Amino acid sequence: MNSLSGTNKLERWLWPILATSLFLLLWRYSVTWSGTKVFPSPGEVERGLAQLVQSGVLYHDIVDSLRRVAIGYLGALCLGIPLGLLFGWYPSLNRIVNPVVQILRPISPIAWIPVAILFFGVGDDAAIFLVFLGAFFPIVVSCVDSVANVPLIYRRAGINFGLTPPHLLARVVFPAALPQILVGLRIALGIGWLVVVAGEMIAVDSGLGFLIIDSRNSGKRYDLVVGAMLLIGVIGLILDLLFRRLETVKPVRWGFRNES
Amino acid sequence: MSASTRPTSATQGPTRNVRIKLRTENVSMIFQREGKALPVLEDIDLEVGDGEFVCLLGPSGCGKSTLLSAMAGFLTPTGGKIRIDGEIVRGPDPRRIFVFQERGVFPWLTVEGNIGFGLSKLSRSERAKRVSYYLQMVGLEGFEKSYPHELSGGMKQRVEVARALAVNPDVMFLDEPFGALDSITRLIMRGELLRIWQAERKTILFVTHDIDEAVQLADRVVVMSARPGRIQQIVPIDISHPRDISSPRYLELRDGILGQIGLAHRL
Repeated sequence: MNSLSGTNKLERWLWPILATSLFLLLWRYSVTWSGTKVFPSPGEVERGLAQLVQSGVLYHDIVDSLRRVAIGYLGALCLGIPLGLLFGWYPSLNRIVNPVVQILRPISPIAWIPVAILFFGVGDDAAIFLVFLGAFFPIVVSCVDSVANVPLIYRRAGINFGLTPPHLLARVVFPAALPQILVGLRIALGIGWLVVVAGEMIAVDSGLGFLIIDSRNSGKRYDLVVGAMLLIGVIGLILDLLFRRLETVKPVRWGFRNES
Repeated sequence: MSASTRPTSATQGPTRNVRIKLRTENVSMIFQREGKALPVLEDIDLEVGDGEFVCLLGPSGCGKSTLLSAMAGFLTPTGGKIRIDGEIVRGPDPRRIFVFQERGVFPWLTVEGNIGFGLSKLSRSERAKRVSYYLQMVGLEGFEKSYPHELSGGMKQRVEVARALAVNPDVMFLDEPFGALDSITRLIMRGELLRIWQAERKTILFVTHDIDEAVQLADRVVVMSARPGRIQQIVPIDISHPRDISSPRYLELRDGILGQIGLAHRL
């Protein structure tokens, strides 16, 4: 990325387009050469997706997936950020809670699917809960670490100007930790998007994850399976790019200096 | 170590006849490192007058920054007392601002936001007035909306000095404030600091390991010995400002301190 900085716009677009075309060509000819009857070619995927767009199914699936991620992720933000700040602010509290967090954190959200269904039944809430779980722990951990990494010099300067602890947290520690917190939030959003697909394969009957599993089960439509996979990739990329926009906002840009 | 290296009471207080602002009484500091006691400061007796400019000078590791942090209330001495206006220092206070190297500027705030940081209790218009006054004093007009990462090291240091001045403290603690600047900017900043000090008459405690810097700036230079840090000598600089840094008296004082620290005059 850095080695390309300073080159013109044409070149910035040229290489990704070239690489994508090469990938599609490789895919296209691998299908022909291997003589597979099941795996679709790029052209078949395109036609399959076009059908879904026309019938309106695709639009609804995308919206459902995005809605579940949005709700689960927002929930994780609302609960995870305050808790993370709190644990980071009171190291003694963190020492008590940390073992539990560290045991729960490595459990894949997929493993929670049976429990999620037990709690919420088959439906939206179970999928949303899985997204919440997937995003919650990375958010908490990144907030704790970010707060702990705030240089002592900033805290001392804040205290020197007479700030009380709540003000110190709001006016010094949080803004100082924000760039690093944003990195964690971005990772958490990515995980949320990964998890929603898995959740939709089991817990609900709509969304891109459901589209994949349903296309396979009802008539082995692998053109739709692969099409949905590609869409998941593209939407994930767009979400990530949108999130990266936040890093250029002035009050946090100092933390991402090598990017500018 | 022996009594002869101790400051005599005649050199302990300010040269001019003024009220005592800050007094350290027998201050000592012992750090605990891996179970071992590490004495950092020993028997620091010092009186600083109101409006006086005092430099703490010594080799790195002599405890001068520790002494400054203790005076500012960030550390509590393990022995002795520090008094400001007769009251024992129990913690940091907005009446006494510590200026770090330019690393203390808040990168998430604009120049304006940094300078006005300590003024949140004032009305909006009053705050704007003070900010623009100190912005002008440190020569940063036109950079109100800039962020610190868009500024040079010298400009960031000005922001930090202005942020400290804006809350109108009686005492300023400066910990090698110009240490990270290039030598030309450093000279300019010394001149600016003197100009501001003469205008505002704050009591300034200034830590440095640069002998020239100390002799150029201070009313008195407190020369400290290496660990555990003690006051080796207090040298009054009896040259009026602006100081001619090639005058015989300047060179004499500087060479005297060089000798005191144990450095030969030739490299």
